[in-house]
Parts: sequence; C-alpha cells; structure tokens
Amino acid sequence: MIRYALTRLALLVLGLFVASALIFTTLRILPGDIAQLIAGVNSTPEQLAGIRERLGLDRPLPVQYGEWIGGILTGDLGRSQLTGTPVVSELLQKAEVTVPLGILSFVIALLVALPFGVYAAVRRHRPDGVAVSVGAQALAAVPVVWAGMMLVVVFAVTLGWLPAQGFPRAGWADPAAAFRALVLPAVTIGVVEGAVLLRFVRSATLQAMGQEFVRTAAAKGLTRTQALLRHGLPSVGLSVVTVLGVQVAGIMVGAVVIEQLFSLPGIGRMLVEDTGNRDLVKVQGELLVLTGLVLVIGFLVDLVHRLLDPRQREAE
Amino acid sequence: MRRAQWAARVWASGPGRFGVIVVLAITVTAIVSLLWTPLDPQRVDIANRWAGPGAGHLLGTDGSGRDILSLLMAGARTTVLVAVGAGVIATVIGLVLAALGALTPRPVREGVTVLVDILIAFPVLLIAMMISAVWGGSLLVVIASVGIGFGVNIARVTRPELRRILRSDFVLAGRASGLTPSQNLWRHLLPNVAPVFIVQLSWGMAVAVLAEAGLSYLGFGAPLTQPSWGLLLADLQRFISVHPLSVLWPGLAITLTVLGFNLLGDALRDATDPTLSRGSEPRGTEPPAAVTA
Repeated sequence: MIRYALTRLALLVLGLFVASALIFTTLRILPGDIAQLIAGVNSTPEQLAGIRERLGLDRPLPVQYGEWIGGILTGDLGRSQLTGTPVVSELLQKAEVTVPLGILSFVIALLVALPFGVYAAVRRHRPDGVAVSVGAQALAAVPVVWAGMMLVVVFAVTLGWLPAQGFPRAGWADPAAAFRALVLPAVTIGVVEGAVLLRFVRSATLQAMGQEFVRTAAAKGLTRTQALLRHGLPSVGLSVVTVLGVQVAGIMVGAVVIEQLFSLPGIGRMLVEDTGNRDLVKVQGELLVLTGLVLVIGFLVDLVHRLLDPRQREAE
Repeated sequence: MRRAQWAARVWASGPGRFGVIVVLAITVTAIVSLLWTPLDPQRVDIANRWAGPGAGHLLGTDGSGRDILSLLMAGARTTVLVAVGAGVIATVIGLVLAALGALTPRPVREGVTVLVDILIAFPVLLIAMMISAVWGGSLLVVIASVGIGFGVNIARVTRPELRRILRSDFVLAGRASGLTPSQNLWRHLLPNVAPVFIVQLSWGMAVAVLAEAGLSYLGFGAPLTQPSWGLLLADLQRFISVHPLSVLWPGLAITLTVLGFNLLGDALRDATDPTLSRGSEPRGTEPPAAVTA
C-alpha cells in the first residue's frame, strides 16, 4: 500500500508540474508580448518597459516560471494586473461562496444518484424503474444553465420561495440568507450531475447483482433485493468511488456557469470576469488552483479506492 | 462485424433510432437554414417584440422582435459546425495520441500514457477559458478546446484497444505475411478500433454541443452577430421574469440534440460490442458526460 501511495504521489507531483507548465506556456509564451496586451495599442515604449519591469517580464522565461512556482510554494500567486490585489486573498474570499456551493451540489448529486440508481437497477424491468432510467438519461442531456433558468422560473419567479439571483452583502454573517442564496444553484448543479452519476450507479448495481456472492446469498434464501442490499452494495460503492473525481470536475465546471447565471460572487464568476479582462496573472493562478484540485482529488480517490478494495489489498 | 449489421442493430433499438433521427433532423435543419428560414433570423421588428407563439411566429419572438423559430434553425448551423469541427480535431488528436501510446517503444509509450492521464484533468471549459484569456473567445476556440479535450479522452479509451488488437493473431499473421507496419495499421488496426472510436465520437459531439452552448452563454463562444442557442439563452435570460416561456425553446433544442448524440453513442456501443448478448447489460464505459461544459 505504501509503495502504491508513493508511486501515485509521484504521479500527482508530475501531474501538477505538467499542468503548471502547460498553463504557463499557454498564458505567458503563446500570446507574445503580454505588456503590449495589457497596455493596449496606443502605449508608449516607456509604459511598456514599466509594465515589463513590474511583472518581471524582462527576465528569461525559465526564471519567470521558477519564480511563479516558488511563489506558489510559499502561498503567493502574484497580483492582479488590473487592480493589484493579491490573487490568493481574492481566491480565499471567493472560496467562501464556491466551496459551500460545491459541497452542497456534491451532496445533492449523491442523494439523487445513489438511491435512484440502485432503484432503477433493481426494478429495471418495471415501468417505474424504466421511467427513472429514461428520466436520468434526459436530465443528463440538459445544459446546466438552462436547468438553472427553469428552476428560477418555477421557484423564484412563480412561487417566490427563493431568491433568483445574488448573494447577501453580509456574506456568511447572515447565514440564513447566504444559505437561501445557494439552494437553487446547488440544486441545479446537483440534479444535473446527479443524473450523470445515476446512470453509472445503475450499471454498477446491475454488475453487482450478477456477482457470485450476491447470487449465492440469494440462493441461500434471501430475496434478490435483500441479497443486493446486504452483500452487493459495498461493491457498488467501490465502483462509484472511481468516478467521483470526474464528478468533482463536472461540479466545478457547473459552478463556473451557474455562478454567472445566479450572479454569485464565487471563483467561477471571477474566472469568467478575469478571462474577459485578460487579467493573465490572475487567470493563470485560478486555472492552476482548479486543475490542481481535480488532480489532488483524483489522487485521493485512487488511494481511497485502493484502501477499500479487499482484492487489491490482498494482491500485495 | 460488417457495417450494415451495426447500422441495422442501431436502427432496431428504440433509443438508437431516436438518436439517428434527431442527429439527422438537426443536420438537415442546419442545411435548410442556409437556404430558407420562416423569417430572417436577425430581422428586428420592434412592433412585434415578445409576440406569443402563434401564426406568423410559431415559437414567438424575442425582445427585439426576432423570430425565435428562425433563430433556432439558424443556430443549428453553429451547433453542427462546432460538433463536426470538434469531431475532426478530436479524431486527429485522439488517433495520434493513441498510436503514440500503443505503437512506439516502451519509454515513449509510457510517457504518452502518463501525459494523457494528466491532460484528462483539464475540463474542456477550462481549456477554452485558458485560450480565450489569450486570444479572446470565438467559435474557433470552442472547436479547438472541445477537440483537444475530447481527443485526449478518445486516446485514453482507444489506446488499450489498440494494444489488445496489436497482440492478436491476425495482426501477427499480417506481419508474418510481409505487411509493413503502416499497411498493417491501415488494414487491420484502424478498422478494428473503429467501433470504440465511433462510439466515443458520438458522445464527444454531445459534449461539443453542451460546450458551445455554455461558452456562448458565458460570452466566449459565438460572436453576437451569429445565431447560437447559447447566445439566445443568454439574451432571453435577462427577461426571464417577464417572459419565462421563451427560454424554453433554445434549452429544449440543446437538450434534444445532446440526448440524440448520447443515445446514438449508447446504441452504437451496444451494436458493436461483440461480447454483448441479448438482454445482458453493456459492460462498456459510460458516456463521459462529466467531461462537459
């Protein structure tokens, strides 16, 4: 196990390195002269030189890359080119919206996918089981932004139960209002992502139902459903763990779009604004944090999977 | 298995037939819209703004009196363009990476495999925003980023398949009877990975449709002058509290198209999987819808 964990850790570090190099190459080397990009067409040579010096663009690229990485290791992602605020402090502030939104969406996705996925598998030959499968297939095809609009029409515009947009100015100092602001966005992401996950849970359950130990349990007198629930579910859980990494990436992408729709001041909305403003230093930091998150979660998921799977433990 | 057999199997399954019909319908709509739409999709008609669905405007009009049905038909062009463009790029990238990961000497092979595993962590939307931050958003950026994102995905699925076929007897026999590696590739390897590949491509096009809509909605896709379902969603959203019904149509169009590509992919997978017997569940991979937009 330790050997596996170390190999996997090495792969994670390599992954973070490749990701950072790719982001740096795309944002720093490909655009050519960033100073020109920032200053605009009507800039004087002095302005350009000033920008270059301020951003360290006058130094060789490997040095710039090294400084960026060095900064990251000490918790510094640089400063916004437009406002001068440190990227890290702004990320932390916006995370107060995005992290709760992500966690809430994830929980909702699991609450949708696990029970209904198992149900759809157990009752796959009955009308209700088929209905759940068809519904999930259709929901998985819905663009998340449109799902959000439909929920706004029903729950905010028509019924008036929840706010259609925005986040309280006081933030989490007003916990009830902050939570209410996140309900519709989280349900939107959670239901759409849950529908994607549901289809996976369904096929994992079907696979478990065909396993020998489940069939044996059924042969010894349990009903097939009892056998599945008592003996098959751990194996379903194990399969589901493997796709949770992809799921987190899906929720993250959903959050970028949904924060825009609901005007939530989170990391996704910040990324959209900075991309529009071409604030490359900020975009660079934000992209690294987001892809880093996907890589780290993938790493954790693999470790958990290894720990949980008795076959892999015994193989060592 | 012969191609005619796959096609027959796809058509014989209900969802497969649905997928084929939807994909054909969208393609035909896109082509027809080049020649004819009920009204000029960009014609502003302030007197008729927010007209309800009815004669004259089958699906009503938007805030500047443009005919929504005509906008949707013209928007199908953008959707098809992105799906096909991304499909072509994904094919090239996917095949090259899969070939590099399967056919080259071991160190190169393993390097490419690790690289592909890392690149998978970049969601399509983030790739698109990374490129947009530098060059600004455009449909080309959408096509390129979906193509890259999905190409990597195709490579990951196709590579093991290539390795498996590479070790099979008929490839060995081909080599023994004097085929050069490239002849062997064209004659034996590519035809045999084609099923896996086409399935992935169909799912990839579903992702492309979602990505176009999402990115155009965010303002990084289609230019404002071009009809696009995602742009239309963004336009109509501003008036959602007053005219909620109008938002229904572009969303339905996107959902239907994505569903069509997904179901077509599923049916192709079922039809081409030789291990699949009647009534048993497909064991293949699930559509990677979470790679999405």
